[in-house]
Amino acid sequence: MQTQKKFSSISVLGLVLLMPMLSLAGDAPKKAPDAEVRVIEITAKRFAFSPDVIRLKKDETVRIRLHSEDVTHGFFMRALKIDSQIEPGKVTEIVLTPQAAGTYTTICDHFCGVNHGNMKMTIVVE
Amino acid sequence: MSKPIDRRVFFKIAGHSLGIGVLYSVLPTAARGEAGEMLRWLGGKNGEAMTPFSFVQLSDAHVGFNGPPDPLGTKAFERAVEMVNALPTAPDLVLFTGDLTHDTEDKDVHAQRMKQFLEISGRMKVGKVMYVPGEHDAGLDGGQMYREMLGHTYYSFDHRGIHFVALDNVSRAKPEVGAEQLAWLKTDLARFPKSAPIVVFTHRPLFDLKPEWEWFTSDGDDVMNVLAPYENVTVLYGHIHRDHEHEMGHSHHYAARSLIFAFPDPEKVADKKPIPFDKDHPFRNLGIRVVNEKGGAASAESLTVQDVELTVREFSGINGVQQLLKDPSL
Repeated sequence: MQTQKKFSSISVLGLVLLMPMLSLAGDAPKKAPDAEVRVIEITAKRFAFSPDVIRLKKDETVRIRLHSEDVTHGFFMRALKIDSQIEPGKVTEIVLTPQAAGTYTTICDHFCGVNHGNMKMTIVVE
Repeated sequence: MSKPIDRRVFFKIAGHSLGIGVLYSVLPTAARGEAGEMLRWLGGKNGEAMTPFSFVQLSDAHVGFNGPPDPLGTKAFERAVEMVNALPTAPDLVLFTGDLTHDTEDKDVHAQRMKQFLEISGRMKVGKVMYVPGEHDAGLDGGQMYREMLGHTYYSFDHRGIHFVALDNVSRAKPEVGAEQLAWLKTDLARFPKSAPIVVFTHRPLFDLKPEWEWFTSDGDDVMNVLAPYENVTVLYGHIHRDHEHEMGHSHHYAARSLIFAFPDPEKVADKKPIPFDKDHPFRNLGIRVVNEKGGAASAESLTVQDVELTVREFSGINGVQQLLKDPSL
């Protein structure tokens, strides 16, 4: 028991010491006060996203708020590590800090009906 | 002390021509010596010895779909059934890799489409027809109707020494297999030696072929990790409405063309739009795929794929479509 407690104390101490290092890691989203983070609202409705194009700046942190007006949709973009589900009646939030410029086709990957295969939007990172 | 057996020399899948779809022949390459020893040992593990046979893969009939782009409805599917029945030797199996029907919100209409699919499929004079669902069959209701009308969405069976595994990567609505099915797969494969010949058939590709077009399975890597230790794995899939080959470690992946319309090469076009229907060549891109064994040391790696273009003998509207194969031997 005594050993376990000591172990826990060491783990907590280690975590505390490590935290400042984590915040300096290059891939971690840069923390910005909520007031400074741009908020982008995207609505999913069979079989389109609105807006169907959003423009972001490289290294800019944005908060994307996803809504569905009808059924469950997906929001998927492998390269940006986005894999979310948008359920009707709920808001799904993503905080995104794109690391590379490019044009990213983002799809609904939750089968939602006959034209599901063409439900997509574009994230442009400049 | 016995010599080590070359585990890659006893199994090959070779191909023969078929009008629409793919016909595979499974041939143990030797029944004597070390390979024979391996076959007998595998036979003991699998319950039956491996013997030559052929099977057909068909995919993406989308029964209920009416153009654009393709106004032919079930004509290509019906033609494929005729050609299967015309084969000199009836295949043991037909594997149908999903999107049997086109989805609809109306459950009664969808059930009718399933019945129509089964009616046409039932015309095939073959030993067994085995199915997996596509997202158009099972994506909207989690596979409920599919299970009621066709049975389990994932399962396995042994046939003449080959272990066949049907995987469902559609009925969770997202392109994924899921933890439960992965656990089942591990258990299912546990009884086999690493050299067991395994054929996986599923709807979506198990690798990132084109994620932006939803041509992937999100946990496909997990599936392939389970399969990775096995040395003779063939994966057959549909969904992409075009032929494609891919190699990953010991596994070889083949996509079958669809029986309704074709998609273009994603490396050549930006948008996922079906190739426009050409009334002068109504079955273009739905044509024949021939898979041949290259010769030499036989293995799953010794395949070549040859596309045989179909020509139209007669075409008038949606009726009277006839095809004449260019290959005179067919």
